[in-house]
Amino acid sequence: MNIVVAIKQVPDLVEELELNDSGTDLDREWLKFKVNEFDDHALEAALLIKDAHGANVTVIALDNGLDIDKALYAAAAKGADRVIKVTGDFEGYVSTHKAAKALAGVIGTLGADLVMTGVQAVDDRDGQLAVLLAHQLGVPHVTVVTDIQVNDTSATVHKEYGGGMIGEFTVDFPAVLGIQAAAETPRYVPVAKVRRAMKSTNIEEIGGDGSGASAGTEVTKMYKPETGQGAEMLSGSAEDVAAKIVEIIRSKGI
Amino acid sequence: MIYVIVEHINGKIEDITYEMLGKAKSMGGGVTAVLLGSGVEGLASQLGAADNVLLCQSPELTEFNPQANCKAAASVLAGKNDSIILVGNTSMGMEIGPGLSAVLGMPLISYVTDISDGSVTSSLYGGKMSVQSAVDGGYIASVMAGSFPAESGMLEGSPNVESVEAPDLSDVKVHFVKLIEPEGGDVDITQKEVLVSVGRGIQNEDNLEIVQELADKLNAALSCSRPIVDNKWLAKSRQVGKSGLKVKPKVYLAVGISGAPEHIEGMKDAECIIAINTDENAPIFDYAHYGTTEDLFDVVPAISEKL
Ligand SMILES: Cc1cc2nc3c(=O)[nH]c(=O)nc-3n(C[C@H](O)[C@H](O)[C@H](O)COP(=O)(O)OP(=O)(O)OC[C@H]3O[C@@H](n4cnc5c(N)ncnc54)[C@H](O)[C@@H]3O)c2cc1C
Repeated sequence: MNIVVAIKQVPDLVEELELNDSGTDLDREWLKFKVNEFDDHALEAALLIKDAHGANVTVIALDNGLDIDKALYAAAAKGADRVIKVTGDFEGYVSTHKAAKALAGVIGTLGADLVMTGVQAVDDRDGQLAVLLAHQLGVPHVTVVTDIQVNDTSATVHKEYGGGMIGEFTVDFPAVLGIQAAAETPRYVPVAKVRRAMKSTNIEEIGGDGSGASAGTEVTKMYKPETGQGAEMLSGSAEDVAAKIVEIIRSKGI
Repeated sequence: MIYVIVEHINGKIEDITYEMLGKAKSMGGGVTAVLLGSGVEGLASQLGAADNVLLCQSPELTEFNPQANCKAAASVLAGKNDSIILVGNTSMGMEIGPGLSAVLGMPLISYVTDISDGSVTSSLYGGKMSVQSAVDGGYIASVMAGSFPAESGMLEGSPNVESVEAPDLSDVKVHFVKLIEPEGGDVDITQKEVLVSVGRGIQNEDNLEIVQELADKLNAALSCSRPIVDNKWLAKSRQVGKSGLKVKPKVYLAVGISGAPEHIEGMKDAECIIAINTDENAPIFDYAHYGTTEDLFDVVPAISEKL
């Protein structure tokens, strides 16, 4: 069985986000990036299938000029059999529509039974990748997936709705799944192992073409939201703050 | 004309549909609800805010089906590329929105929190940034639950119902098996007056002890954000948010929770929200009534001690 996992990097939200001069995008110069956490779950879900049934896992990412190599080496160290960097015009922010087209052009040649990617990313303004990718590939999709059982020709998956309700579906291969959460916490890989993978892994480079595909709309303004009045911030030491919180809770009749 | 994709499950129309209907109505120009299903004509009468209902029925649409519903929606809306189409940024809408965008070739804007003339606002970067996109002509907006009041879309009325023939769905490769209801938990967090809610800031499972102690002292229940459940540190029945439960306690103490839109959806109506988070830019502070950037590992034990 062939599984392809598409990953990408997104700004690490732990860092302070600054705007660029025109106020239409993040200032990307000093941003710290990390792999989209839901893509990490997609990779974990693929590796769990490999562990249980055997599978060939390929991890693919657009070459966005950032440190995507590190992410691909880490994927190899975790157990991916093949890692591919799609080269082309992908620097800066890439819309999901463009990413879907460029990735599909390459994924379509890989003979995948299952394609998996994260359910969403923090920056996919023009929609989530999984379903757009499925349409580019002309295959069925299920997204917001939390559980996957596979056999030779299909998968049985759990799709999560609101309130914890789950829809169970079977989907014939080939198919694209948008992964919300893997059955296990994404595995941790020690730095030493990633270093070893850097020596033994060959990142394949394949040209990709996302031209002609776009979000279809332009960003006119990006800004830090100010919803409502914002919170009244409690000042003082941790002790003072604790005392104030107790007072507030008591004032609610608790 | 503004088209609203109706979301329903177990025979009940979801609130997001009413939110979108209310918003669509306020925009003027007419509202058409797109209702897909089987044996759902009865639901049309609950869509009073709409002027028209396009009803598309087929046995393959009895239960929501990611592929069949996309195909049916695209068929119903074919040729309407100059219109505005509203879909929920929900589990169902995340299949239909991108699906429609791909098939109809229309722009899609997701995580939408507001729509005004010529501009659509989305919430990105975990709620840390708002983004305005210029629109001109037709587009699909995937609307975040909780962005508009549902009441404004719950109107009496008798929309004009038009049946539309379903496309051939016999080639659909996704098959519905069953719905699985969530398991009940040991406590019902929706019924508690006080919730101590913990997020990824707690770092590891052992540290849950300090929030549990605080919850015990307050006679509160411990609830949490999604990663805590994904890590299996707490049961799913404790999860607050989009894919968890909606809660409205008197006091909601958010401990080490960033306030991602999917979390906010579940708790923003709490009477009093107190947030403890070391990141002064955490979106949770936009919704909290009181906040502190002191370290949770200092503040939480200090509160327990004072109780
Ligand atoms: C379809 C879908 C549905 C989802 N449904 C839900 C849902 O129902 N509920 C939900 O919660 N999420 C849901 N999510 C996930 C959501 O997108 C976020 O990933 C999640 O809410 C983040 O959880 P968090 O705030 O605990 O973690 P983080 O975002 O990692 O935040 C941790 C916070 O802790 C703070 N912190 C760290 N250390 C300390 C310290 N020592 N003291 C004080 N503060 C500290 C940090 O500043 C940070 O803000 C869903 C996602 C998707 C895609």
